[in-house]
Amino acid sequence: MSEGEKFGEVEIAIVGGGITGASLAWGLSRLGKKVLVLDEGDVAFRASRGNFALIWVQLKGLGFPAYAHWTNWAADAWPGFAQTLSDQTGIDIAFRRSGGLTLALSDDEMEKQAKAWARLREQPDMPACPHERLDHDGIGRLLPDIGPDVVGGFYCPRDGHVNVLRLFAALHRGLALSGVDYRADHRVDAIVPDGTGFRLSGAWGEVGSAKVVLAAGLGNAVLASMIGLTMPVRPVGGHVMVTEKARPFLRYPTTSVRQTDDGGVMIGTSQEERGFDTSVSPAVLSTLAERAIRTFPLLGRLNVVRSWSALRIMTPDGFPIYDRSLRYPGAFGATCHSGVTLAPAHALRLASWIAEDGSSSGLLDVFRGRRFDVPALA
Amino acid sequence: MFRRLPDLAVRKAVSFTFDGRSMQGREGDSIAAALLANGIDHVRVHPVSGAPRSPYCLMGVCFECLVTVNGVGNRQACQTELRDAMVIESQRGARAVSDEISQ
Repeated sequence: MSEGEKFGEVEIAIVGGGITGASLAWGLSRLGKKVLVLDEGDVAFRASRGNFALIWVQLKGLGFPAYAHWTNWAADAWPGFAQTLSDQTGIDIAFRRSGGLTLALSDDEMEKQAKAWARLREQPDMPACPHERLDHDGIGRLLPDIGPDVVGGFYCPRDGHVNVLRLFAALHRGLALSGVDYRADHRVDAIVPDGTGFRLSGAWGEVGSAKVVLAAGLGNAVLASMIGLTMPVRPVGGHVMVTEKARPFLRYPTTSVRQTDDGGVMIGTSQEERGFDTSVSPAVLSTLAERAIRTFPLLGRLNVVRSWSALRIMTPDGFPIYDRSLRYPGAFGATCHSGVTLAPAHALRLASWIAEDGSSSGLLDVFRGRRFDVPALA
Repeated sequence: MFRRLPDLAVRKAVSFTFDGRSMQGREGDSIAAALLANGIDHVRVHPVSGAPRSPYCLMGVCFECLVTVNGVGNRQACQTELRDAMVIESQRGARAVSDEISQ
């Protein structure tokens, strides 16, 4: 244990400084809270640095209308959130609410999408989800560089994207400007309730806090059980590659190809159930590349300059968990795999919910982790 | 600025053009080496700042030496071997992949 590490008075300790933890810390500091963020270092599994940077509404909430409302709320809050963040930090995070597309490379894929939209429309209590079914020519009017294999797709005007590395940097600069105490290389290994609050400890030492918020991504699974929460998350791998920079030619992001504001074209994204493995598989990359080139043949002329694989943080039903511990009321947890899309919802609404001790739960009630608690059979 | 070291073996001359000017390199040269040997001090201007840029790392990691080769933009001059009759142009602005003639 290191001697003499100084922590100020801590009202709220947030475990995890990825986009979700940083969004919560940013929001709580704006509510006047004294916040400490305990984060891992550069070696952490970091979905915040590996993700595809979409702000995506399309088809969200299938089987869970409240999630559609939550996502739509976040998407609508994004313009103001992006403006506030860039005004505060001077960082342009290149937020674009351009609308986005899911493209189909076969009639079968097209019908699957159409069926999913039909199911979504039939759900009760859904927010309006504007979308348009487009054939090859319709897609071609939006994205002239599609190949002949694109049979059609769906356009949703609420979708968009952002420069996610600069979003991450802006959130952290915002934390520094707001006086949040951020500590990298402070991995939390244990949390012990001590009656009035919590003791958080790791190889770096120990600190006490009145409240604790878990935003530790995949680390939540183990930490949650220490403070009476249920957060059964597992890693789901995904590969992404990025090309050399080129003059802008893709005006809209799609679910698997988007051009960043810097000019590089990102190509994603696979799904692998293979535990905590982040090695890059050439077989997966070539599958992604083949599909991307069928979608936009001119991508075949661009060089890929980097590729990587990262880990999504997935719950059993794929929807977020927001919860307050019944046993230790000062303990909160937040986890999701759409930390970019949901960043404004976390920074504004979830932060308020935590600041107000979860009293104004409302919408958030349905996201509790205990939905996964299954009574043991005798 | 740069002078060639004495060759250990005789290497054939290779003709190419850079921004329309006829130049000569030697067989086995990278494009970057041939341009530097011809006294070229910058091969592109930065697409954002407009600053002149020249080959820097010479080993494929810095992407400073981008040129257009036979109509294809963003080629790394240090990683591309010089060939006879190559048409090399300085990279002006970001590569416009849609405008290039299909290979």
